[in-house]
Amino acid sequence: MRRGAWEDYQKDIADDKYYYARSCIRQNFFPGSEKAFLNIVGRDLGREVFDDPLHTSCTGIGYHSDIVPYETIMTVVARQFSLMHEAGFENFISSCITSFGIYTEILNTWEEFPETEEKTRESLYKATKRELYKPKNLAHTSDVIFHLRDEIKQRMKYPLVNHLTGEKLRVVEHIGCHYAKIFPKRGIGGSEFPYVLAGMIESWGGDVVDYPERRHCCGFGFRNYLVQANRGYSIANSHKKLESMAPYRPDFIVCNCPGCTMFLDKWQYTIAEMEGTTYGEAGQGIPVLTYEEMAGLVLGYDPWELGMQMHAVNVEPLLNKMGVEYDPAAKYLGPNGKYIGKPLQSVVNSSRGNTSLYDIKK
Amino acid sequence: MIMQTDVVVVGGGVAGIKAACELCQAGSKCVLVERDSVLGGKLRGWHKLFPSFTSSSDVIEELLNELKQSNVECLLGSEVVYISSTLCRLASGTEIQCRAVILATGYNLFDARIKEEYGYGIYDNVITSVDLERMFHTGTISTLSGAAPEKVAILHCVGSRDEKVCQRHCSKVCCITAVKQAIEIKKMLPNSEVFNFYMDMRMFGPGYEELYLTAQKQYNVHFIRGRISEAAQLPKGRLQIKAEDTLTARPLIMSVDMLVLMVGMKAPKQNALFALATGLELQPSGFISSKDLFLEAVLTSVPGIFVAGTVTAPKTIGESISEATMASRAALKFIEG
Amino acid sequence: MAVKNFGFSISRPRTIDMDKNNLRKSNEILRELPELQACIGCGSCTASCSAGLLTQFNFRKMHTLVRRGEYEGVYKELSKCMLCGKCRMVCPRNINTRKVVLLIKRTLGDF
Repeated sequence: MRRGAWEDYQKDIADDKYYYARSCIRQNFFPGSEKAFLNIVGRDLGREVFDDPLHTSCTGIGYHSDIVPYETIMTVVARQFSLMHEAGFENFISSCITSFGIYTEILNTWEEFPETEEKTRESLYKATKRELYKPKNLAHTSDVIFHLRDEIKQRMKYPLVNHLTGEKLRVVEHIGCHYAKIFPKRGIGGSEFPYVLAGMIESWGGDVVDYPERRHCCGFGFRNYLVQANRGYSIANSHKKLESMAPYRPDFIVCNCPGCTMFLDKWQYTIAEMEGTTYGEAGQGIPVLTYEEMAGLVLGYDPWELGMQMHAVNVEPLLNKMGVEYDPAAKYLGPNGKYIGKPLQSVVNSSRGNTSLYDIKK
Repeated sequence: MIMQTDVVVVGGGVAGIKAACELCQAGSKCVLVERDSVLGGKLRGWHKLFPSFTSSSDVIEELLNELKQSNVECLLGSEVVYISSTLCRLASGTEIQCRAVILATGYNLFDARIKEEYGYGIYDNVITSVDLERMFHTGTISTLSGAAPEKVAILHCVGSRDEKVCQRHCSKVCCITAVKQAIEIKKMLPNSEVFNFYMDMRMFGPGYEELYLTAQKQYNVHFIRGRISEAAQLPKGRLQIKAEDTLTARPLIMSVDMLVLMVGMKAPKQNALFALATGLELQPSGFISSKDLFLEAVLTSVPGIFVAGTVTAPKTIGESISEATMASRAALKFIEG
Repeated sequence: MAVKNFGFSISRPRTIDMDKNNLRKSNEILRELPELQACIGCGSCTASCSAGLLTQFNFRKMHTLVRRGEYEGVYKELSKCMLCGKCRMVCPRNINTRKVVLLIKRTLGDF
């Protein structure tokens, strides 16, 4: 296979001075990732990132579940943009693919239909007495990490390589539907041969696995997951992807989108509990990482500081492969050293009975 | 350098060669301008022609023989940079003054890489209909690893009837080409399985429907009504394809050793340049408009400029050659006043 | 292993998987009646079908499914055919549709 197709899809990514919009759900499911982004980009690489406590949810989940009308979400988004302007920033970065898709869709709507923009401007003023200012540059936070991947490489402590065998790690990447399927030109590499995560993987020494269902949706589908009766076909989509990638023996999965990261991780738990099927080496599941967690590991961050104890699939097999130094006993200790509780034993993690090793209660 | 002639024929494919021959045989002076260093156009890349499996080199040879016996002045390797009904300027600076022009500049092949979802140029065993003809020419059909494919999928309408790639028109000849190629594969590899994925089967010519029936009944070629939505590479260079089997209303998935993309005909960009310089009208597809579809198909909106072959729309070899005869007659009539 | 109940199960794909389907029976049918492959999916048979008028029975779809190796339930469906022969009269490809019904049922057995 010959690569290179992604080079047709480039986009401008601002180099500094970012206004940071957080995701609604990531702080619950992958709680260290956004903090890691701020540390990597802000502290390590010296960029200015403004983490504004005033911004709200973009209401994207409500929008995609037919609860929030388009007019409303446009006004919410307009408010975020004007907050950015008030804070003195022009480069808007979003930590969520759903949000990124929505910001992109709305900016395009305003461009195509100026009268809609005018209406939003009015709604925004009526609701908040704020003026609308559009960002000069819009990017997803993974675009920023992609943009800075070589600077990260210069500080790399653990490459994406099996430190025992010297082999490159095989990495499955999943960019999330709303990153590039709606506006392929707004995503690095487009939607068929996306390069935003693949670029990081290759830059940091890993190999990208190009498996048949690479482009398939994780199955979130908003209302398809939110309604319990519909979850059967939400999980079926992740199942299809896992079945398709399994023969390639990936060492881990890295995701772009909050929802995909959660589903590819937690559905592995569910599939194992329902059917006893586990994927990955020795049936221990395939660890699922956010790109910040991947960047964090590469830079030598402590996995528990990155929040990786919150994953459904244990990450220890990956950490051991990479040769990451970590304290197994500290897994379930919070930042203040206090025990945070630990999950019950699950099928997806029990193939080698690893869980008892870390049972710090004893 | 300045040359003088009666008629300039632009394009040395089958239509251009035939038009030039006809003009000379009628006693008129004619210059044939071809961008390439050889005559014969796209047909040179083809092995056999539908529906009769006539060797394309026989057709070219016949036309070139006719050309040899005529007194046509051929300018090979000559790119036309400006054209009007009385003047043709070449990239070399040569100017040909004339009394009429026949445009037989043909078409371009659709670049299959644009349909990214099929992975042409990326996956090893995704090839185009043109690549397959090249294989027929060498006498072996093989995957990149050198093995004979056991399962082949042929996808119709790549770069045709597709607004996503600005190709709304039907390229007309691909359906029958796909039937022909499927049969040729089965003839060479009788144990292989061939699946044609189509949206409509447009068997518009004499003997075409019969060939389609032969492919179905005699060669056991499978026809599945549905457009492949994406291809992905499997280990060992195999490919997974997805389509809907629309006649059962179910999604369908299968792996194949080779995927053949039936690339359509695209109007060359130069059509727009010609149109800008001369006032020729273009169709939305980018092909040049005939003056009238029924009575003056080889005339254009500009007096003195005539058209033959696929410069106006996708056509078969036979149609292009017949049109060349008509265009040369119309041009002669024009210069004789 | 105790199977947990989550209140839903993993939906099974409706996809026709041509790699998994066994086409042996299908090929057997086509060898005996190659003309079946000439079907162009016009639907005249289904339009004129006396059984299809009253039930979900769709002859065109059934034999297409068989040709893709999807046999399940076909025997039962084809049993709805009244063998009136109208479909054979209207078929533009001159396929012996009555024979198709009988041949599929005989080859598949009670699949």
